[in-house]
Amino acid sequence: MTISTTPLPVEVEAPVAKPAAKRSRLWAWLIFIAGALYFLVPLGATFWWSLRAEAGVLGFEAYRRLFDDANFWPSFTESVVNAVAAILLSLIIIVPTAYWVTLKLPRLRPVVEFITLLPFVIPAVVLVFGLIRLYGRPPLLLTATYDSSRVLLICAYAALSFPYMFRSVDNGLRAMDVRTLTEAALSLGAGWPTVMRRVIFPNLRVALLSGALLTFAIVIGELTIALFMAQQTFGPYMANLTRSKVYEPSAMAIVAFALTWVAMGTIALVTRPGRRR
Amino acid sequence: MSGGFLSLEGVRKEFDGVVAVDTFDLEVEPGEFVSFLGPSGCGKTTTLRMVAGFEEPTAGTIRLAGKDVTNAKPNERNIGMVFQSYALFPNMTVSENIAFGLRIRKEDSAARQERVDELLALIHLPDKGKAYPNELSGGQQQRVALARALAIRPQLLLLDEPLSALDAKIRDELRAEIRRIQRQLNITTIYVTHDQEEALALSDRVVVMSKGLMEQVGEPFEIYNNPATGFVASFVGQLNRLPVSVIDGEKGLVRAGQTELRTTSLVESPAGTEVSLMMRPEELTLDASEENVLDGTVESVTFLGSIVRVQVGVSVGRLTADLFNERLLKLPEVGDTTQISFPAHACWVMV
Repeated sequence: MTISTTPLPVEVEAPVAKPAAKRSRLWAWLIFIAGALYFLVPLGATFWWSLRAEAGVLGFEAYRRLFDDANFWPSFTESVVNAVAAILLSLIIIVPTAYWVTLKLPRLRPVVEFITLLPFVIPAVVLVFGLIRLYGRPPLLLTATYDSSRVLLICAYAALSFPYMFRSVDNGLRAMDVRTLTEAALSLGAGWPTVMRRVIFPNLRVALLSGALLTFAIVIGELTIALFMAQQTFGPYMANLTRSKVYEPSAMAIVAFALTWVAMGTIALVTRPGRRR
Repeated sequence: MSGGFLSLEGVRKEFDGVVAVDTFDLEVEPGEFVSFLGPSGCGKTTTLRMVAGFEEPTAGTIRLAGKDVTNAKPNERNIGMVFQSYALFPNMTVSENIAFGLRIRKEDSAARQERVDELLALIHLPDKGKAYPNELSGGQQQRVALARALAIRPQLLLLDEPLSALDAKIRDELRAEIRRIQRQLNITTIYVTHDQEEALALSDRVVVMSKGLMEQVGEPFEIYNNPATGFVASFVGQLNRLPVSVIDGEKGLVRAGQTELRTTSLVESPAGTEVSLMMRPEELTLDASEENVLDGTVESVTFLGSIVRVQVGVSVGRLTADLFNERLLKLPEVGDTTQISFPAHACWVMV
């Protein structure tokens, strides 16, 4: 009766499955903790170090010095303005493009998607040399003055934001049946500007915000391009600080982290599921 | 030429050289309810979209209330449109959705509110004005979409498969609702559907379409009982098709195997021609009580509630008979030998 023994392994296997599940959950936790430590220990150490600017006491002296630094606020504001300008430029280019591609030229989507991905593929150093070579000579001598270089920098940042911006806008458009909504609005008598203003933009708000905040987080600390274009923005300021000071860079790193987290937290807040409008 | 309120003359549409709609001619009277019926890809939606202005005809003319609107933009036509996917604006409340078109027409807010309340009452959703579309059921959303389309007092109402996304029960309710509202407002309506039951139940006239061409235009009763083409006959309702050969066209005599059958309708083919004899399943009875009688064997019996569908194999093919269910009905059994018969006026010949 050898055949009757075949069901047995199944019965043996069943009780084994439970401890296996438990063990895998244990592993999951271990990996999670290891990952969290990998991330948190340097951060904690940096924070700890930033508190030790005054000999013998733990305090926020490094932060005070940082915020008092004559170059901190100007470079920070300049970066914020650059970021906002880059976001606006990026929105003006990406939203109509994505809308039109979705509505009228869906076959071009892969092409547009690839183009918007290029900033991921091309290193910033290559990008900046390309820009300088192209725009640093007549007829478009954009690198001649500080302000014209700044315009070029903003354009470069807008390009850097394309991957994030296009993806969020595209997701937003896909989630809302653009074609039918547009047609419904048109049949009710709306013109194209009204369709954009009253139907497309309001329904894209969350997508636009997440794209904008990602762009902000990238632009605010960007170093390479700003450095090569001799711009006194936040990125070069931070790099310079690291070279010349001891405790302030750590304080700076913590501040930069906090900024990024605020941006990320805002995204999470506005995109959280179950939210209406 | 244009007598109708809406008139389409020789309308044709090509997409990249492929003909989607060809030689479409139709006159729609004011207040009339016309359905475009056909399988997917037959050009019914394309025709509707040309009337709405979302597609431009390759050739032909579309007139609305005497005005040539062939190339007019969709937002210049004053046409209300209802979509299969409802297409309510998710960022606006029900009231804001309904008021959208009025807002664009710059009506003042008091007039707008009055119109919105009027329409909410019309669609029986008086207290849903402040709700958002995602808080409503599919049926409710489609009612709101209907109200939104009607709010602008359109000259013409277009409905593109408005019930296809709904459950069977809601679909029947809303179907009756659409007809009630259409009658009440007496608004000229074009309704696109692939569901023959919907088209027959709702319409004053039905346009049956296939492969971009109009197959037949007529009242539902006429379409069902006197289908002009084989396509219409088989697409609208169930149909039996029996291969026969003509004996005497003038007397309407044909032969199915060894059995002689008679039809009262016109037989144009000469004697000896192989043709098809067509009849509706509900015209058949499982006895010899009618003029044309065939012998056969029951092949399957399907109980469908109000009717019982019986398939009977006869010498030259298979016939489907729909019997009305009664409590005393004795269901035939598979394998039974039976006689099946139908009157001479119930069948017709198709080549």
